[in-house]
Amino acid sequence: MGYPHPSHPRETVLVSRYFGDAAARPYDGWVKRGGYQALEHSLGIGREKVIEEVKLSGVRGRGGAGFPAGVKWDFMPRERTRPHYLVCNADEGEPGTFKDREILRWTPHAVIEGCAIAAYAVQAEHIYIYIRGEFTEPLRVMRQAVDEAYAKGVLGDNAMGRGIRIDVTIHRGAGSYICGEETALMNSIEGKRGNPRIRPPFPAAAGLWGCPTTINNVETMAAVPHIILKGGAWYKGLALSSPKSTGTKLFSVCGNIARPGNYEVTMGFPLHDLLFDLAGGMPPGRRLKAVQPGGCSVPFITAEEAAETLLDYEGCLAKGTQLGSGGMIVYDDSADIVHQVMRLARFYAHESCAQCTQCREGTAWTTKILQRILHGEGRMEDLDLLVDLGDQMTGTTICVLSDSCAVAVGSAIAKFRPDFEAYVRSGRAVAAV
Amino acid sequence: MSDLVKLTIEGREVEAPRGTTILEAAKLAGVLIPHYCYHPSLRIAGVCRMCLVEIEGWPKLAASCATTVVPGQVVHVSSKQAKAARQGVLEFLLINHPLDCPICDQAGECELQDYVFQEGRSGTRYGAYAKRFNPVEDFGPDVLYVPNRCILCTRCVRFMDHVAEESVLNVSDRGDRAHIGIDAGRTLDHAWSGNVVDLCPVGSLISKDFLHKARVWDLDRTASVCSGCTQGCNVVLETRDNAVLRVRPRPNAEVNRHFICDYGRFNYDWLNRADRIEAPLVRENGRVVPVDWDRAIERTVDVLRSAKAPWVGLVSPGASCEALEAAAKLLALGGGAGAFRVAEGEEAPLPGVPDLALRKERAPNVHGAVAAGFSRDWDRAVADARDAGLVFVLGEDLAGTQALPPGVPLIYVGTVLPESARDAAVVLPCANMAEEEGSFVNLRGLRQAYCQAKTPPGMARPAGWVLEEVLAALGAEAGVAA
Repeated sequence: MGYPHPSHPRETVLVSRYFGDAAARPYDGWVKRGGYQALEHSLGIGREKVIEEVKLSGVRGRGGAGFPAGVKWDFMPRERTRPHYLVCNADEGEPGTFKDREILRWTPHAVIEGCAIAAYAVQAEHIYIYIRGEFTEPLRVMRQAVDEAYAKGVLGDNAMGRGIRIDVTIHRGAGSYICGEETALMNSIEGKRGNPRIRPPFPAAAGLWGCPTTINNVETMAAVPHIILKGGAWYKGLALSSPKSTGTKLFSVCGNIARPGNYEVTMGFPLHDLLFDLAGGMPPGRRLKAVQPGGCSVPFITAEEAAETLLDYEGCLAKGTQLGSGGMIVYDDSADIVHQVMRLARFYAHESCAQCTQCREGTAWTTKILQRILHGEGRMEDLDLLVDLGDQMTGTTICVLSDSCAVAVGSAIAKFRPDFEAYVRSGRAVAAV
Repeated sequence: MSDLVKLTIEGREVEAPRGTTILEAAKLAGVLIPHYCYHPSLRIAGVCRMCLVEIEGWPKLAASCATTVVPGQVVHVSSKQAKAARQGVLEFLLINHPLDCPICDQAGECELQDYVFQEGRSGTRYGAYAKRFNPVEDFGPDVLYVPNRCILCTRCVRFMDHVAEESVLNVSDRGDRAHIGIDAGRTLDHAWSGNVVDLCPVGSLISKDFLHKARVWDLDRTASVCSGCTQGCNVVLETRDNAVLRVRPRPNAEVNRHFICDYGRFNYDWLNRADRIEAPLVRENGRVVPVDWDRAIERTVDVLRSAKAPWVGLVSPGASCEALEAAAKLLALGGGAGAFRVAEGEEAPLPGVPDLALRKERAPNVHGAVAAGFSRDWDRAVADARDAGLVFVLGEDLAGTQALPPGVPLIYVGTVLPESARDAAVVLPCANMAEEEGSFVNLRGLRQAYCQAKTPPGMARPAGWVLEEVLAALGAEAGVAA
């Protein structure tokens, strides 16, 4: 991690290596730390080899969906009949997730380098970096870095002196969570309302302005230079459990935890060790109650489940949750799960783009029912109603925002039903033990 | 036949062209998949999620409006899962929808009402929460927006964006606060904006012209053709108590797709005029006398037989082909010809549909009149009338024309009697286009039939029928003037 705490010996610091090192921020400092060698190398080995290495590395999209990045790049048409675009998704809005923010803040040139390599690989001449509107400091840092990269000839009409054009535009979001969804993000860049689009067509066929587009998360982009320099095979070797989940992953540990912050560990690292060894465990006198390991959009797991969870895509799925974006929300036994879930549902109701019926009406209705339960006016049937609404909201809409709301509520009821029942019976939270 | 895809929908084998959506393919199989946001003349939105269907082998339900057919696909529309999804959508749509059907203009033709009745839940689980409330908004000259009834299908927004290509409507706000917004300072005054009322599947966009005028189940509907201009849009005349109360578009992919312009939509008051000629009138001993049709035709034949050539016809391009053709035949007997004039206005195209516009020439049968042999040289015909042996007028109000020459016999066939035709030797009352069957030729040469929507007043008869009777009577007494 490096910031605000020094890296723990059990971390595998790759993208977080220079967190807290302000000297890594400017171009010169970055080059001194080995920056832009990967880009130089990529331009030498050719596009296909770059895609091959990234495919070989097995790196999966770090934004939450976990789609193999190399495969995504491979989808791009080889013949460029229309402009190709590369988009870097820096609209990190998932509650509980703050890894991209730190990458942007401390190592802006890593993001630019990764993007430039990806742009070269998919034959894009124009890169859009879509930064969350609330990220004022990362925005300032990134703007400065892009200006520097232009001044140093990394970007521009003659990028790296190789006669290829790589332009970067930083697009600032306006504060909408849904604009982190890749197609809504593209609509937003195009100046339209940030509504997710129906797929197919997928971005590789028709993305930004209807042209072939590759879109990747900040963390994925920041990992690319390492893959290029050390090789896909080396990156693939970074796996403690499943061979399908490779490399390192940043986890933004937050909530009821002694040392909140970003921890970078190799895929397959035990969740229990991350919480209790690296992040210092629960606050004094508290016990772990629940964890959402991948941001607020993934199912809750109980302390017992958390004790056995391995942090990779497959390990989380085995415990009925998802790795998601790695925004790890930790709840100790003082947490009021019902209230927390209501807060999450209210968030989704506020952020629903209003396109799909189930999401527009369902998220708001869910919130109202949870508020009713919190006010002591709930009924036992309300719990079944919430689950039923959740079923209606799952797998029926254009994007997964309503699924996310349903999954948070549904898993909380499934695993912490007594908490809800206590509210229904007495109008009060279940007593903390 | 490689571009036909064979699939099974609801157990029925159907072949559909490659690229067809499942929803359209289902129509070919005779299956209507319930839907709100989908409309064949608008871009796909896929947002109402009502048209979800089950496809064998697919992990999730698919929006049939946005999924194209694949060979061998097996689609279930009324499977348990698909029905449950639709029931869910209906429940979600209803939680904030007022149950004001008794005062809603859409009741009876409301797709929300229909589908809820068809397969919705009988009760609500929403409980005691107050429904979302927003006041009614005035969107423009004819359109009111009732946000409480809105289901946000965005048909109106997409119509204005991509068909009218004047983006004044939008979805404002997010989540369950969302509603249709209109750009500040703008109104819905596009020449084709009235279509948003037809497109709205619920009673959210309503017409001020039709507001609380009738319950739609009391209306009789008749296939007709718009009489507003030479485009020849297919319309439905909706009548009650022998009056046209509303005009709506009738789909025709080649002429007007699903749309009509506002000019055509509101150009129906003249069909309900009360100051009509109700009986044939003949001039006897200086007096105008109402007579029966036998006497009127007899008298007409007398006038024609005694009239010397040439005869001059002044006809209306609003008359049916049948009437104009008979009129041309009649004039030929007198060695004469006729002309018409046509009112003009500004052309107003609908940009999103090729070759669709409110045309400059504001009469339905200009091209039928030309085909029947009538000239556009109105002034010349009026001048010729001075030296004519007989003047024959069909449907023309003669407004603004100089007085017809005294002494030249005038036969007037029309719906109302203008001042300038008071001296006519014979006045034959005829039906207007809503009261007869006939046909018009549009500007692309397409001859389109229209049906009778209401009964003509008194003894008025379709002009075509009247003229054929006159021709028959003339033929029976051979040797007419020539």
